[in-house]
Amino acid sequence: MSYAATHDQHDDHHGAPKGFFQRWCMSTNHKDIGTLYLVFALTMFFIGGSFAMLIRAELFKPGLQLMEPYFFNQLTTMHALVMIFGAIMPAFVGLGNWMIPLMVGAPDMALPRMNNLSFWILPFAFILLLSTLFLPGGGPSGGWTMYPPLSLQSDSLAYVVFAIHLMGISSIMGAINIIATILNMRAPGMDLLKMPVFVWSWLITAFLLIAVMPVLAGAVTMLLTDKYFGTNFFNPGGGGDPVLYQHIFWFFGHPEVYIMILPAFGIISEIVPTFARKPIFGYKAMVFAIACIAFLSFIVWAHHMFAVGLPLGAEIFFMYATMLISVPTGVKVFNWVATMWGGSMTFETPMLFAIAFIILFTIGGFSGLMLALVPADFQYHDTYFVVAHFHYVLVTGALFAIIGAAYYWLPKWTGNMYSEFWGKVHFWNSVIWVNVLFFPQHFLGLAGMPRRIPDYNVAFANFNMISSIGGFLFGATQLIFIGVLIHCVFFSKKKATDRVWEGAKGLEWTVPSPAPHHTFEVPPVIHDDELAHGHVND
Amino acid sequence: MQFPGQHDGAKVIKRNPRGYTMGQQHDAYFVPAKSYWPFVAAVVMFTTVFGAAHWLNAEPGESGFGKTVLTVGVIGVLAMFFGWFRSVIHESMGGNYNHQVDTSFRMGMMWFIFSEVMFFGAFFGALFYIRMFSVPWLGGHGHGTLTHQFLWSDYAASWGASAGNGPEHIGGAFSTVPAWGLPLLNTLILLTSSVTVTIAHHALRAGHRGKILLFLGLTVLLGATFLYFQAHEYMEAYKELNLTLHSGVYGSTFFLLTGFHGLHVTLGTIMLAVIWLRVLKGHFNKEHHFGFEAVAWYWHFVDVVWLGLFMFVYIL
Repeated sequence: MSYAATHDQHDDHHGAPKGFFQRWCMSTNHKDIGTLYLVFALTMFFIGGSFAMLIRAELFKPGLQLMEPYFFNQLTTMHALVMIFGAIMPAFVGLGNWMIPLMVGAPDMALPRMNNLSFWILPFAFILLLSTLFLPGGGPSGGWTMYPPLSLQSDSLAYVVFAIHLMGISSIMGAINIIATILNMRAPGMDLLKMPVFVWSWLITAFLLIAVMPVLAGAVTMLLTDKYFGTNFFNPGGGGDPVLYQHIFWFFGHPEVYIMILPAFGIISEIVPTFARKPIFGYKAMVFAIACIAFLSFIVWAHHMFAVGLPLGAEIFFMYATMLISVPTGVKVFNWVATMWGGSMTFETPMLFAIAFIILFTIGGFSGLMLALVPADFQYHDTYFVVAHFHYVLVTGALFAIIGAAYYWLPKWTGNMYSEFWGKVHFWNSVIWVNVLFFPQHFLGLAGMPRRIPDYNVAFANFNMISSIGGFLFGATQLIFIGVLIHCVFFSKKKATDRVWEGAKGLEWTVPSPAPHHTFEVPPVIHDDELAHGHVND
Repeated sequence: MQFPGQHDGAKVIKRNPRGYTMGQQHDAYFVPAKSYWPFVAAVVMFTTVFGAAHWLNAEPGESGFGKTVLTVGVIGVLAMFFGWFRSVIHESMGGNYNHQVDTSFRMGMMWFIFSEVMFFGAFFGALFYIRMFSVPWLGGHGHGTLTHQFLWSDYAASWGASAGNGPEHIGGAFSTVPAWGLPLLNTLILLTSSVTVTIAHHALRAGHRGKILLFLGLTVLLGATFLYFQAHEYMEAYKELNLTLHSGVYGSTFFLLTGFHGLHVTLGTIMLAVIWLRVLKGHFNKEHHFGFEAVAWYWHFVDVVWLGLFMFVYIL
């Protein structure tokens, strides 16, 4: 059947196919699939963001204002699941899809049909996940980490577990595709140590994904069998242990944290050299630092569990292993700064987001270092300090890098320049309000306000109100982003040049803007001079 | 978004209805044609899990809807696999796949097997943690003194028949499956099947079709025999040993580890049978037989997992 069907689909590879279903649902084109991923991530960003707005509205002042505590719990759980698995991760996969083949001189991803499946699983997985909000019993409410026994009380557990299975399958296939593309599809002369740092960061991230997504699948499968099939993995009465779940979950969870930040490191390592007009400082050190961070991510998981009652030896091991991560991370931060040092810098929107990333991610890194200290963590654990910490690394870290990347590559994708003025308006509003939103949460946490509660002591009222105001304005600011995107894609009159940015180097800037539907149909002849890292070994 | 289809420079492109090969060099890039199978796959996977979730949550007596959806989904998944692989086989037989595509497929399969290793790793990790930490702690060792004293002071921790179902003896008294009976036989069966599949591989490279069919057929039979014995062992466990899924954490780890392994053997046996049919139809030659090799790799993988199971679930 398919044989006959494919006969009719003479894919005119000189351009995109005309039919909507053919183009978007049957695609084997890395650019179209990348676009699908990015649009999906943006949609999920606003759905997850609307949950966050409701959370901040409820927390605007003490007392229960708008919702039942049970619904509040569903919101915090869903906000995290949607943002992590629906917004941040698919956005990075979309960027990888679009840029990796362009950066290594490949015509497409190595396994284009599997690429399409990786994407199309996601909308269905999120229909399944989000539908639980409308089912009797409501959505998952035990937090995104789904710790038993709490998560086992939820009626929606089966839906959530299967949604996570689907997302895991999607991520694993996407990661396999990226590894095969990078290892097998590079143009001749694109040596591994000449690849852009973004490609390196994705290679290592893909390895992490394949290594840990199956572990999450195993963990949630045990939840499923404990709830529905009478197993006792997490029931002490039967010889099990709820803490076992936490170990397995965080063996996934900590590498997952780096899955959400390593591609961001790659993006920043592309943007900063372009606008500093200097090659990146310490290319090899940057690559090895990413690899080091990835390795360490496998031996630090229990720092999420310091307060759960671990043996002392384990607490000390995980504390020191965690603190070791600041060494390769420090290498990266210093190298970005050194790249800018003495450069002839300009401050277009992508660069602004990159600089904000470096500063604000470092704040998130330092609060992470504080959390790594076992004795201090007993105070900080499950407070708003933790919330502030991971929002600094995920919002001003991962999300700012994604937004920066969107501004950076948008002219290459669309052939149009975005509005620099509105880009800057978006940036300054984002960077101000995100700090108003999250910085006071450090103080709330240090003062003892627990996370995941709809009501709080009146002593926390002022900072919560400030945080909520920052939250509403940060949320509203993102509507500017939508405006900038729509204007750039459909209305902008200002055409982009092929190189787009004066200081941009690398293969992706040698193809026309917008990038044609098919690029590098024959392997490009690579001149080391046009690569950002062509002379690493000289 | 608009991405006007432009084309930089005129290149001579070899058109092919099943995809296109870019450029004219021998080792040119190949990008497959559009296909609806990925989208169909996403739909049927969703149907399957939606049906399953609905069924699991249904009140007793009203499980019909979920079951129906689940059945439709599973049939859809099978049809999807059949259709998708059929089109890939057609393309492969059409000689579209060059060396680079072959390498991509190999990498894909290798990393898929690595992900499977990590999936089993989660369950082995659970087994080790339970045996080394949670059960001894419940018995008052090391770190668990207070839990033991206050909650279950009469619980003497050990693994296996006497206390493997925890301090509340969930599921009641049970016996374990002796390692040196059926499990040993199954170990020998799987090890033999790894040898026979390797002999078949060598025969394929030497071009001896009769020998391939014989040894690959033997491998399929050995896989099926393993599954028969495994099913027999489960029935014996339930009927005579009172070892069930509910037998505390011993039953949980025993049945989930051996069960997931059994599912993988089932899948592997089906894949081997498909490969046997493909050999019969003459799909492979001495150089091009990645389909065979991928299944052989998978078979060795389930074999190695079994060795881990035999060691840590049955013997120790």
